[in-house]
Amino acid sequence: MGHYEAPIREAIITGDKSYHDISVDVAAPIEGKANKSWWIVFSIALVAMLWGFGSIAYTIGTGIGVWGLNNRINWAWDITNFVWWVGIGHAGTLISAVLLLFRQKWRMGINRSAEAMTIFAVVQAGMFPLIHMGRIWDGFYTLPIPNQYGNLWVNFNSPLLWDVFAISTYLSVSLVFWWTGLLPDFAMIRDRATKPFQKKIYSLVSFGWSGRAKDWQRFEEVSLVLAGLATPLVLSVHTIVSFDFATSVIPGWHSTVYPPYFVAGAVFSGFAMVQSLLLIMRKVCNLEDYITRVHIENMNKVILVTGGIVTVAYLSEFFVGWYTGSSYEDFVYLSVGAATGPYWWAFWSLIICNSIIPQLFWFKKIRRNYIWTFVISIFINIGMWFERFDIIVINLSRGHLPSSWTQFSPTFVDIGIFVGTIGFFFVLFLLYARTFPVIAQAEVKTILKSSGNNFKAARAGNIPTPTPVAPVTKPVDVVAPKTETAPIIEDKSSKTSALLDRLGKFDPSTQKADDLKKISGVGPVLEKTLNQIGLYTFEQVSKMTKTEYDLLDSITESFPGRAERDDWAGQAKKMIS
Amino acid sequence: MSSKVIHALYDDDDVLLSAVKEVKAAHHHIEEVFTPFPVHGLDSAMGLERTRMGVTAFLFGLTGLAFATWFLNLIMIQDWPQNIGGKPSFSFAENMPAFVPILFEMTVFFAAHLMVITFYMRSKIWPFKKAENPDPRTTDDKFLMEIPVDGDSTALQALLEKTGAIEINVIDKSH
Repeated sequence: MGHYEAPIREAIITGDKSYHDISVDVAAPIEGKANKSWWIVFSIALVAMLWGFGSIAYTIGTGIGVWGLNNRINWAWDITNFVWWVGIGHAGTLISAVLLLFRQKWRMGINRSAEAMTIFAVVQAGMFPLIHMGRIWDGFYTLPIPNQYGNLWVNFNSPLLWDVFAISTYLSVSLVFWWTGLLPDFAMIRDRATKPFQKKIYSLVSFGWSGRAKDWQRFEEVSLVLAGLATPLVLSVHTIVSFDFATSVIPGWHSTVYPPYFVAGAVFSGFAMVQSLLLIMRKVCNLEDYITRVHIENMNKVILVTGGIVTVAYLSEFFVGWYTGSSYEDFVYLSVGAATGPYWWAFWSLIICNSIIPQLFWFKKIRRNYIWTFVISIFINIGMWFERFDIIVINLSRGHLPSSWTQFSPTFVDIGIFVGTIGFFFVLFLLYARTFPVIAQAEVKTILKSSGNNFKAARAGNIPTPTPVAPVTKPVDVVAPKTETAPIIEDKSSKTSALLDRLGKFDPSTQKADDLKKISGVGPVLEKTLNQIGLYTFEQVSKMTKTEYDLLDSITESFPGRAERDDWAGQAKKMIS
Repeated sequence: MSSKVIHALYDDDDVLLSAVKEVKAAHHHIEEVFTPFPVHGLDSAMGLERTRMGVTAFLFGLTGLAFATWFLNLIMIQDWPQNIGGKPSFSFAENMPAFVPILFEMTVFFAAHLMVITFYMRSKIWPFKKAENPDPRTTDDKFLMEIPVDGDSTALQALLEKTGAIEINVIDKSH
């Protein structure tokens, strides 16, 4: 029934999931209680955020003289942070929109969180221009609204105003795209909720989603059209951000390569941030079955490509600057002058973090490794911050008048605001992780039959066709092409009886079968297999040791080492007591 | 119209899809199908018409473009033509290249938001709207087909049983 997927493609949903398992796994972080580490990280983020808010209040109350800006360097950390955050905010829409247009199934495990990250990052970015105005209460002057001065309007020839339109369109469209995708998942949480307050809240945010066939038809078309609109939008946003620099006459900024180079850099940093966040999140929220090595590797490939584009842009900027022979070009951020001048450390941080370290991803072992990926993604985040710092501060630090050459040193307020936005970002993301369905579960369910490991294995003929749902009262009719029912017991009968001798036989007249699925690692399929062998109770499982595990593996041949790794016996003992 | 409906519950999207086709082939009217995720091919199997959301988005985009053209012309050319950097604002056509970013953003803004609002209105989803799926399991892993019945429903029930329904309930909607 059209669920075929080439066997060479790795499964992107593992752990023998059924539809119901997906609901349970996605709802688990919302229905459960926050653990200690969540509270610790949340408290740290909250303190950082409050420090940032204090710094912002101080800035607004006193004026931006409290920053480290000087006559020459009149933009510094504020715009660096602004561009950095906007850049990070590019991966989410890229994942959900561009990858949707390309029909990439692996986007479904990560798009929800990437979009959340996008929105939270753009919120941080949007704060900087507002703070930088000094008089934040006059912020509405950036909008073309009729006012008491008659025909006083904004200047639509200015890239700064284009930015206002681009960022606010991007933020609002991303938000709507995100929320529309959330409706069916909120509805799932709503229909599972048992506490009345929870039910009320999720009823409200799910907008009464009912899942009618017509609703789904519209939903899919709307998603597709939004993706089509968001794709040029996301490219336009960073293009316009780069215009802030490219349309000026400052050496180093006045560069026609900026738009494509900025967009590639934004995708590069955005994916790095997605990696940093999701590698932690998949552990903390137990989403290892949905965010797999395949996802990580694919994202690393995007990082490798965009990192390559950025590196080529660096090289061409460096070359062109040198080739002009102009003395002004010897102090731009990519030049011999910058590499050996007072900002050599910023120059080399950029080159090492963005161009050299990501090359490690050429090695398959490294781009499929969680720890390596996490470490490299942190380096990229740092490198991309330095890219913007270099563009702004190094280029401004030296101008046509050598007597005014200077350096920038941030004040505690500069640092406070930057750290504060990181804190604010994590506060939002941590709250999101506890209250939102962090996986687009409705979408993931549509690819379960094509990309779930159990279904792929069944098509390859390794295991009996799994049912997509948890077993109910009556046996399920399976319509997916039956491959074969593995004759487990016949040829393994001696091993089976040996195993049962050790663990004890199940007597249906005196004993009751336990729900073996309660053991983590046992899904409906595996439970059936265990039942076929003759294992029905926790008592039997609890007696298992290394010998029995090996015996079991040799009988089932499906998940070698799994029972031992998950410590079934220990779990079963707990179930009994 | 009868006030009685049959709710047939399925637990597999492929079973549901073939059931919809069989019920359709037996000339029964399917009032509604509730599913936890989009089932591809379900809309055509049910005989639903294609959605026109894409067309509305295009029209809204044109509206946005027209609106942006109007206000850029009004603000930059008519109301207060400024001479910025030695480039005076005399005519819309000559100044248009500088307006391309805004024209584009407004097109996208209108198309995206008005399309989504249209979707919410047409599908009747908004804050404080009560959900109308008859069984809470249909947002989890079950699929529900709603068929109105007139008079005797045993034949229909037998048909549904044969298509693989796991639960069949006759609901009286009159009270």
